[in-house]
Amino acid sequence: MGMIIQGATGDWEVVIGMEVHAQVMSKAKLFSGSATEYGAEQNSQVSFVDAAMPGMLPVINEMAVEQAVRTGLGLKAQINKYSVFDRKNYFYADLPQGYQISQFLQPIVGEGKLTIDLKDGETKEIGITRLHLEQDAGKSIHDQHPTMTLVDLNRSGVALMEIVSEPDIRSPEEAAAYMKKLRSILRYLGTCDGNMEEGSMRADVNVSVRRLGDPLGTRCEMKNLNSVRFIQQAIIYEANRQVDILEEGGEIDQETRLYDSVKGETRSMRSKEEAHDYRYFPDPDLLPLQFDDAFIEKVKADLPELPDEKKARFVSELGITPYDAGVLVAEKEVADYFEAVAKGRDAKLSANWVIGELFGNLNRTSKSLSESPVSADGLGELIDLIKDGTISNRIAKEVFEEMFESGKAAGVIVDEKGLKQVSDTGAIEAAIDEVMAANMDKVEEYRGGKDKLIGFFMGQVMKATGGKANPGVVNKLLKPKLDG
Amino acid sequence: MSDLTKLTIAEARDGLKAKKFSARELTAAHITSMDAARGLNAYITETPEVAVEMATRSDEKLANGEGGLMEGIPVAVKDLFCTKDTLTTAASHILDGFKPKYESTVTTNLWNEGAVMLGKVNLDEFAMGSSNETSYYGNVINPWRRSGDDKDLVPGGSSGGSAAAVAAHMAMGATGTDTGGSIRQPAAFTGTVGIKPTYGRCSRWGVVAFASSLDQAGPMTRSVRDASIMLEAMAGFDAKDSTSVEMDVPNFEAALTGDIRGLKIGIPKEYRIDGMSDEIAKLWDQGIEWLKAAGAEIVEISLPHTKYALAAYYIVAPAEASSNLARYDGVRYGLRVEGENLADMYSRTRGEGFGAEVKRRILVGTYALSAGYYDAYYLKAQKVRTRIADDFKEAFKSVDAILTPTAPSAAFAAGEKNNDPLEMYLNDVFTVPASLAGLPGISLPAGLSSEGLPLGLQLLGRPFDEETVLRTAGVLEEAAGFDAEPTAWWKG
Repeated sequence: MGMIIQGATGDWEVVIGMEVHAQVMSKAKLFSGSATEYGAEQNSQVSFVDAAMPGMLPVINEMAVEQAVRTGLGLKAQINKYSVFDRKNYFYADLPQGYQISQFLQPIVGEGKLTIDLKDGETKEIGITRLHLEQDAGKSIHDQHPTMTLVDLNRSGVALMEIVSEPDIRSPEEAAAYMKKLRSILRYLGTCDGNMEEGSMRADVNVSVRRLGDPLGTRCEMKNLNSVRFIQQAIIYEANRQVDILEEGGEIDQETRLYDSVKGETRSMRSKEEAHDYRYFPDPDLLPLQFDDAFIEKVKADLPELPDEKKARFVSELGITPYDAGVLVAEKEVADYFEAVAKGRDAKLSANWVIGELFGNLNRTSKSLSESPVSADGLGELIDLIKDGTISNRIAKEVFEEMFESGKAAGVIVDEKGLKQVSDTGAIEAAIDEVMAANMDKVEEYRGGKDKLIGFFMGQVMKATGGKANPGVVNKLLKPKLDG
Repeated sequence: MSDLTKLTIAEARDGLKAKKFSARELTAAHITSMDAARGLNAYITETPEVAVEMATRSDEKLANGEGGLMEGIPVAVKDLFCTKDTLTTAASHILDGFKPKYESTVTTNLWNEGAVMLGKVNLDEFAMGSSNETSYYGNVINPWRRSGDDKDLVPGGSSGGSAAAVAAHMAMGATGTDTGGSIRQPAAFTGTVGIKPTYGRCSRWGVVAFASSLDQAGPMTRSVRDASIMLEAMAGFDAKDSTSVEMDVPNFEAALTGDIRGLKIGIPKEYRIDGMSDEIAKLWDQGIEWLKAAGAEIVEISLPHTKYALAAYYIVAPAEASSNLARYDGVRYGLRVEGENLADMYSRTRGEGFGAEVKRRILVGTYALSAGYYDAYYLKAQKVRTRIADDFKEAFKSVDAILTPTAPSAAFAAGEKNNDPLEMYLNDVFTVPASLAGLPGISLPAGLSSEGLPLGLQLLGRPFDEETVLRTAGVLEEAAGFDAEPTAWWKG
């Protein structure tokens, strides 16, 4: 499903690689004990180490290491038991040390893979090149003082995982699917909260174009994209820009570009010649990072079931369609909710209720699952009432609305409103007689050969019973009566 | 009462315990001495009030029969160690007005053991230099002069203020740091004892970094016993320094048994460099004889990669420094010189804030790490470093310690060598290899030059075997009987 741009001179294929920065879920920073909470007062989470005071030294946060290994395992990647922290040197006001501690030649995680889910239930495998740990910089604030830039160092030193993909992505849709899937896996693993609005996940996107079958073209990198929509827009703009240049006989300059989401265009930030010489070298303040197989095994033993495996299980064991399964596993909370509902119940019916009524109501009220007034047990109880014939499917929808509104239990609503399904043949027969008496003309037409009118009578009877009549019983009794 | 500043740390400790004098008296004597010797420019910041307060607390402890290893002993702190609420300069303009809100681990250890802080002593700017001529706060003058000559001599560097303060009895001991010889060479130039312990023995936390993979703190004193006592007080594992080594600190003083019978002492042939002065060669031979006489076995050894050590050092150390000093950017503390924009502010601040030698090393280091040169310089230097460490490893299979001269010459005059950086760098030729290998090394005074200046011998040991180094040094010290003192010309 690659994106092909039809130029005047022929077709162009778009090639995309992604570098995603994911903030490690950890109470402390990568090399200091400072807190990492989002939204704290400016410069309130800054240690002497984070502020690069003279003589301060970094000490690795083992939790961050464990999180990187967990992520590596989740990406089916090679875990490097020996890795090295390097200094990436450059000057900026919000980079207190004058270098970022990162991993260059020897990252903690090597090659892995990630399966993205495309339309129509198709999947595609995207190669992961590497994952490494690094520190975040602080934040420069340019708009709070007429002449000065202010610096907030709360983020300075926060642990990031940079996850680099192979240039295996071929369209904006695939790029979006990649981001969504990566986010899903990180959230399942509990290694990154995936919150793009708060900057917990940002992507640098590399885009190039080429004639089908040609070697890779020259790429441009777009920095710091913080939404899936911007990623897609930036790719479309950038790919077309490159095609236009090439079609006119020009060349692509390898450069770093900035995506302006307001204007919807990319602009040159710095060319290859202006690129920093980062002077990477191993950080002499830190020993190489080493751990043993036992450590990896310990992390592995704690791994949760990941979305791909869960999806496969839902399909094979619960008989859910691959599409529905894909929807249910995208967020771990949803999958957990669904499994709680489906436990000991009809899985397909449970899936329909979660995806249909529950999602519909959540969307309508802009609520997240965690804010749902209907718990998994509550929805389960409702499904049980359908299954044991207490209420019909139609009444159940009404009950659900009420549950969502008031937070009351299904059984309580059914009792309070007297919605219990009527299967008593005497009562139903009386209703049928009433309906027939009121519609003698229709009865005549039916008897004259218009069998389809049975639907009309069915509806009228249900209406007359306030929807409580058991449709099966109505059906059974209605036809003989109409037939006379 | 005789002059208390003449005592060694060991003697003062015993005198304090025996209540012959108080810590306050001992401190007061040193403050008087500091006043008289201000012309040597050893101190950047004197902290007499702090000293008296600490001494008072020591007296209370001593009165209760309590107290640490250095209870009541007044010491000077190289101004590279961060001291809480006390100006810390690294002898650089760029740290103007910087008063840390934290205390380095090494000085914390010293205060916990009862030592008393007299003040912060001068050094080469950011510890970069071998003559204490690069300090923003001016040269330190060596208390020693050539006989019949009143020309000012350098105290060596970078711990020149520490060395001068100890030699002129302005402190009983001083902390130093040694990156390529910055404790040992000034010790040799001032007739004092200085030990650089094994890399990882003392915490680097709170010590302004020069070259992180080489920097190591150590004591400078007037005797080997004092160095043992003070090292024990300074050393120890620190979880805040990832390169600090988790090992118990031995009772170093107990290592001074005076018995080195059967010990094998290596004499590296590569250290007999071309142009070595007869005086230095003779002193080295004398050292060999002393050790032989004490029952040690002398073994000639080879450290084949010695000749590359200086070149490798002057790549690795500046490379690390170029990165370590990037934090001095005018943004958060110290000097800021305003500019048109951020880049201009950086240029002006760093242009004015750093001295010539620091700039030279930042440039050299930046170059060595740049794309296209990294492999040829930094990586190659690291390979050389590994070979040098391997040389020592091999040698220590057959010997227990190594004896060499500390420096190729005695102290020289101010201005004599600072026109040629390369000639200045040669001062470190005997000290740098052990720094690259992370080994412990001590310098102790072993004799006087024909001009009446002290000369030092260096002993190197296996990693974390400071005990053998100190024991052997103790024997040499005894044999040398070095008791010369500079004439206290500065008092006149």
